[in-house]
Amino acid sequence: MITLNINNTPYQVDASADMPLLWAIRDMVGLTGTKFGCGMAQCGACTVHVDGKPVRSCSFPVAAAVGKKITTIEGMKDKITEAIQHAWVELQVPQCGYCQSGQIMSATALLKAKPNPTDADIDAAMQGNLCRCGTYQRIRSAIHRAAEMIK
Amino acid sequence: MNQQNSQINRRNFLRLTSLTGAGLVMGLGVKADGLSVIENLGTSTASFELSPLVMIDQTGLVTIFNTKPEIGQGTYQSIPALIAEELEVAMDKIVIKQTGGEKKYGPAQFVGGSSSVRTNYTNLRKVGAAAKEMLVKAASTTWNVPVSECYAENATIIHRPTGKKLGYGELAEAASKLEAPKNPTLKDAKDFKILGKSAPRPDIPMKVNGTAKFGIDASVPGMVYASIERCKVFGSKMVSFDATAAKKVKGVIAVETCERIHGIYKSEGVAVIAENYWAAVQGRKALIVKWDHQGNETFNSKDYEQSLREAAKKEGAVEHKQGDFDKAFAEAPTQLTAFYETPVVSHSPIEPMNCLASWQDGNKLEIWTSTQVPGSVMNDFSRIYGVKQEDLKLNVFFNGGGFGRRLYPDYIHEAVQLSKKVGKPVKSVWSREDDTQQGPFRPLTFSAMKGALDANGKAIAFQHKVISPTLDMKKDYDITKADGTMTEGISEQKYEIEHMKNLYVHHYVHVPLAAWRAVTSTTLAFSHECFLDEMAVAAKKDPMAFRLEMLTKESDTKQILNKLKEVSNWDKKLPAGWGRGVAQYEFFAGQAGFVIEVSKKGTGIKIEKVYAVIDLGTVVNPDNTRAQVEGAAVMALTAAIKGGITFDKGATVQSNFHNNPLVRINEMPKVEVHILANGGSKIKGVGEPGLPPFAPALCNAIFAATGKRIRRLPFDINKIA
Repeated sequence: MITLNINNTPYQVDASADMPLLWAIRDMVGLTGTKFGCGMAQCGACTVHVDGKPVRSCSFPVAAAVGKKITTIEGMKDKITEAIQHAWVELQVPQCGYCQSGQIMSATALLKAKPNPTDADIDAAMQGNLCRCGTYQRIRSAIHRAAEMIK
Repeated sequence: MNQQNSQINRRNFLRLTSLTGAGLVMGLGVKADGLSVIENLGTSTASFELSPLVMIDQTGLVTIFNTKPEIGQGTYQSIPALIAEELEVAMDKIVIKQTGGEKKYGPAQFVGGSSSVRTNYTNLRKVGAAAKEMLVKAASTTWNVPVSECYAENATIIHRPTGKKLGYGELAEAASKLEAPKNPTLKDAKDFKILGKSAPRPDIPMKVNGTAKFGIDASVPGMVYASIERCKVFGSKMVSFDATAAKKVKGVIAVETCERIHGIYKSEGVAVIAENYWAAVQGRKALIVKWDHQGNETFNSKDYEQSLREAAKKEGAVEHKQGDFDKAFAEAPTQLTAFYETPVVSHSPIEPMNCLASWQDGNKLEIWTSTQVPGSVMNDFSRIYGVKQEDLKLNVFFNGGGFGRRLYPDYIHEAVQLSKKVGKPVKSVWSREDDTQQGPFRPLTFSAMKGALDANGKAIAFQHKVISPTLDMKKDYDITKADGTMTEGISEQKYEIEHMKNLYVHHYVHVPLAAWRAVTSTTLAFSHECFLDEMAVAAKKDPMAFRLEMLTKESDTKQILNKLKEVSNWDKKLPAGWGRGVAQYEFFAGQAGFVIEVSKKGTGIKIEKVYAVIDLGTVVNPDNTRAQVEGAAVMALTAAIKGGITFDKGATVQSNFHNNPLVRINEMPKVEVHILANGGSKIKGVGEPGLPPFAPALCNAIFAATGKRIRRLPFDINKIA
């Protein structure tokens, strides 16, 4: 048994050490807001925060997450995330919505590090997150909008 | 707003009404002649099955049933809005329930062809209007006042002279005893409160906090997971497999075979079933499967493409003919020919294919999945697996992208078979590699173009010959016939060219194929509209003027081009090193056009600005329309400049997003969308029309900036010179 601290709650999971964190979160803990998209850190749908930093949970072994603070979309309750979620709704960003948990996890990490991101900052922080529906233009606008709201 | 799946048949409805005293339930019945009639489910004596579409209970709760799966296109808002508008209830006061393919809703439970709103715009509004008229009548009877003195507003009937009010909940029972008006009066568009306005989508709040449920999130007690090994070489047969090592992997429960059914394409797979998905994947890696490739192991894109170029020499079947093309072309002073090529591409929705299936008592089946076709899944699976329709339950979730991929239930078949074999609920999840390598794919199309100009540079002859396989993957294709889908739109364009002869040459391929968002128009618009540009250049005319000169009669095409000319400031001089291009395309789903501006940047080009015009006639949600066109531009850009799918040694070369890349945020151009919606009875599709004209507008712009004519997709946007 491995103990994982997810959203400030300890969970006992019977996971092999090399199992990616994604599957422990989804199949064992039952938190499904974190999505599977590619399995090789190419699409960002599985992005969670480990000790506040965005990681691709599909390629992050469970063993490496032990003793760390894991936050999934369900556990994002801070002011920055709320502003991002508001901006996402205001600008009607999601289409199918499948990638958006990951987009919001990456956007939150960006605004924590850079409260006033430039377009280049957004490109750098968000280019690991694919959106097949093509909502990128609205993601960019919504990040700028959230930054304004936080001020 | 609740996201729920519900099956309410007439018996359930009667049970519900008797339990809750539930009030008014209105719906449509589809008669044998195919016509829909509005019915009050409380009083109807109809012999056909009725589909409840709106339900008002005695607490005033209004439930609207959405028969159109949400795949990102906005039907979770636009479909209920059609009913809510006429019923005079606000969208934030309704509960939306997703239907699950129940027989009574019919085969219309399907999303594809940008058809949801345009095919339901009138009949769903009539359901809402009929319910409203019944509520008005119930109020007028209660008050003993004329109907003409009563009106509906905010889920309330109001008596105009006295201001007396009754809520829908208070009237629901009385209204439920009235006969439904067969032809209720619809609101005038100028009085709309929801339709035509940029209303927020009710699914979006769930999609920003992780609570929206997609098929892959479905879960039931006792569920196990499957990962399926299929042969990478298309057209192979399984000889044998050894599951000894796979079964030793911790968590693995069983190894079973299953059949993937995709139209006439059928292939076997070996599924490793485990307690969690990761264990199933590890078990799959330990499988040893022996395949017989049936001679398909030498198949490759290079040879296949060359065989299409050879096939292009055939005359082909006539798709459309007017005037005398051969004579006009032969005698014209200026003749042009060109050959255009487009690639095979993948759909790549970010939610991989998945399905949870569970058999109970050996004859009852329940399915949880993301699908574009719940109606046909109910029909076909009932027939194929011998389950009575009432014993088959389908739960439809939000689709994590559709794009045509989820029109095909191959992934549902596999899970259904596996659940039966292991006697447990089985959730099958495709890996990204499975999704990328197994198809089905958008087929390539090659186009042989011919055009002629008269001495004044006027287009007088035009020919578009398409060379491709067909989506149904038939080998014994009747070569005397042109396939309508594979020649989509090429004879529908409004340009007035006297002599035309469009042709189709069938060329078989054995890999699984599928419709892709905007189907064949996504490839044919490229050749069609780029070649027109070549003709404009040969005529020494401005490409916009050249097109407009061929449009003397009024048409949507002419309106789109004139609007593009206006919003893009077409006649304004661009900076040095820039170029602009235009394209439009009309096809079954609708029509849009683009003007794209590019600039030279090193050896490549940069997309400076994208102007889009979509012609709808009637628009239901302008903001969502803009979102759809913005997204369509991105998907079309990926298909134009990213790798595409190629084959070697019988199999797909690409495997995941690292070698089958999609456009990322840093490559997103600025897109400005304009909507033509002049009202009236015309209503066109939203989801697809933004794709076809993108690539030709881009390539025409690149020609204008660099003089380089691109005739093959994909191309490297950083290496144009």
